[in-house]
Amino acid sequence: MYRSLKKWFPLFLLPTALAFLVSFVVPFLYGIFFSFCEFQTLDRFTFVGLDNFKRVLFSGQYNFWQSLGFTALFTVLSVIIINVAAFLIAYALTRNVPGRNLYRTVFFMPNLIGGIVLGYVWRTVINYGVLIPLLGKDLTYSSTFGFIGLLFVLCWQQIGYMMIIYIAGLQSVPDSILEAAKIDGASGWQTMRRVTIPMVMPSITICLFLSITNSFKLYDQNLALTGGLPAVTDEQGITHRLTQMLALCISDTYGNSARAHGTAQAMAVVFFLLVAVISLTQLMLTRRKEVQQ
Amino acid sequence: MNRVKRMPADQPAVRRSDILLSVIFAVLCSVYALPLVTILYNSFKDKEGIISRFFSLPNAENFVGFRNFQVGIEQIGIFKAAFYSLVITVLSVALILICTSMCAWYINRVESKFCRFFYYLCVFSMVVPFQMVMFTLSLVANKLGLTSPYTIPVVYLGFGAGLAVFMFSGFVKAIPVEVEEAATIDGCNPPQMFFQVVLPMMKPTYISVAILQTMWVWNDYLLPYLVLDKTKGFVTIPIAIQTAVKDSYGTVDTGVNMALLVLAILPVIAFYALCQKQIVKGVVAGAVKG
Repeated sequence: MYRSLKKWFPLFLLPTALAFLVSFVVPFLYGIFFSFCEFQTLDRFTFVGLDNFKRVLFSGQYNFWQSLGFTALFTVLSVIIINVAAFLIAYALTRNVPGRNLYRTVFFMPNLIGGIVLGYVWRTVINYGVLIPLLGKDLTYSSTFGFIGLLFVLCWQQIGYMMIIYIAGLQSVPDSILEAAKIDGASGWQTMRRVTIPMVMPSITICLFLSITNSFKLYDQNLALTGGLPAVTDEQGITHRLTQMLALCISDTYGNSARAHGTAQAMAVVFFLLVAVISLTQLMLTRRKEVQQ
Repeated sequence: MNRVKRMPADQPAVRRSDILLSVIFAVLCSVYALPLVTILYNSFKDKEGIISRFFSLPNAENFVGFRNFQVGIEQIGIFKAAFYSLVITVLSVALILICTSMCAWYINRVESKFCRFFYYLCVFSMVVPFQMVMFTLSLVANKLGLTSPYTIPVVYLGFGAGLAVFMFSGFVKAIPVEVEEAATIDGCNPPQMFFQVVLPMMKPTYISVAILQTMWVWNDYLLPYLVLDKTKGFVTIPIAIQTAVKDSYGTVDTGVNMALLVLAILPVIAFYALCQKQIVKGVVAGAVKG
């Protein structure tokens, strides 16, 4: 029968393949090509070789290194906080705690709200609720405020999501194994380290993957909370936005000048390579620790 | 995987430490919900009331009833944005569900070289950040006229294909081929087979994919912002919020902004209340990726 299925590809395969071609494959190939060009539209471009990449990496004009440093530090801290908190909450809420379903519901809720709206909710709460009444300053006063604010927004949002995945992982650990550990005289901590954590390693792999890529690619929350501010201008007259993360840096570079489109695209290619390398390394490292059930 | 369902009868009695945990969580959850709660009651206050006493409930002096909402609806046109958001989300998710499930079944049954290549391309697309393709995508979409709320679902189909094909494939691989062979002997042609035999079996996966894609499309900001033709007034809720609240320290009334945020959050909370179980299942099912 599968031979007879083959000729039905216009019905089954073609719609998805065409849409995928138009909105992913073609833009992706153009994207690689245009990172070596100056371009305005699809047919107006001039080839400039490696100039764009040189400008991104060596000129110091486009805030690339500044935002990469900010993004990297932010990613490390947020991934640790999100995963530790989510695991602990999940562990506590798989016990027989009265009202646990309500608690799970509350923790997960922020995930359904989009990044832009969340960013503004927190901008309002932090500015009007904390910073302005206490210090008379707002979030754009210092990059530390912006950094901590972003941590709050993302952790608040993602802890509930990762909690759901950890709960599913913890529930799939068979009771018999835990009982066997108990009979063998393992303490609570030993059971956690030697039995529970290895058994939920697949969940840890996924949560690390999701939280690393979400933090590293963060855009909406960054735009809504600080928009990259505060900005300082150095001796050479170049403006640096101190809380600008990489994704926002790419958009701003593209939007600020029509002559920087190619540079923004080159930055996006570097960004893509970074994301790919980081996520593949992480998957390889944690996959190795997974055990067969 | 070795799943052991915990039956209610197996559960030990509630211990004292669990009661203590419950109390701690009650406090923690109240704090967790605080930002949303404050936004809600501040949307009924005037600007001075919000700035000078953010954490206190509205009082006789600063209570303005539904005025903030009225201004938000009339000036910002949040209902129009909500309408376009709804159109885009419903059309996109429907298109993604129908097309990618058919595609996933096809590529897993035909197993030609092209099918395998297409599958890996889909998986690859999940690793590529949107920034990599967004500039050129907006140029391509512009050229092809995919810039209205009724055509942008094609773009979403292309972008949603990665995760959706991956999730549907996971399910299709688990369907015993014998079922389909039996249907062939009974004289089913491929479309009949898909719609009458395969599709009903995949119902749980449809729900999971639908939930994940709905959460993504409804909240997406950058893709519609870059692709939609704003000169024709096509905006979605995130775009409307971003334009209204952006750099609005002092210019747009803060109270109106609170009302807009509340209007953006309410439908999402309603959706959550209606399909909480499916949402949690969808999130867990989507987490097999990677």
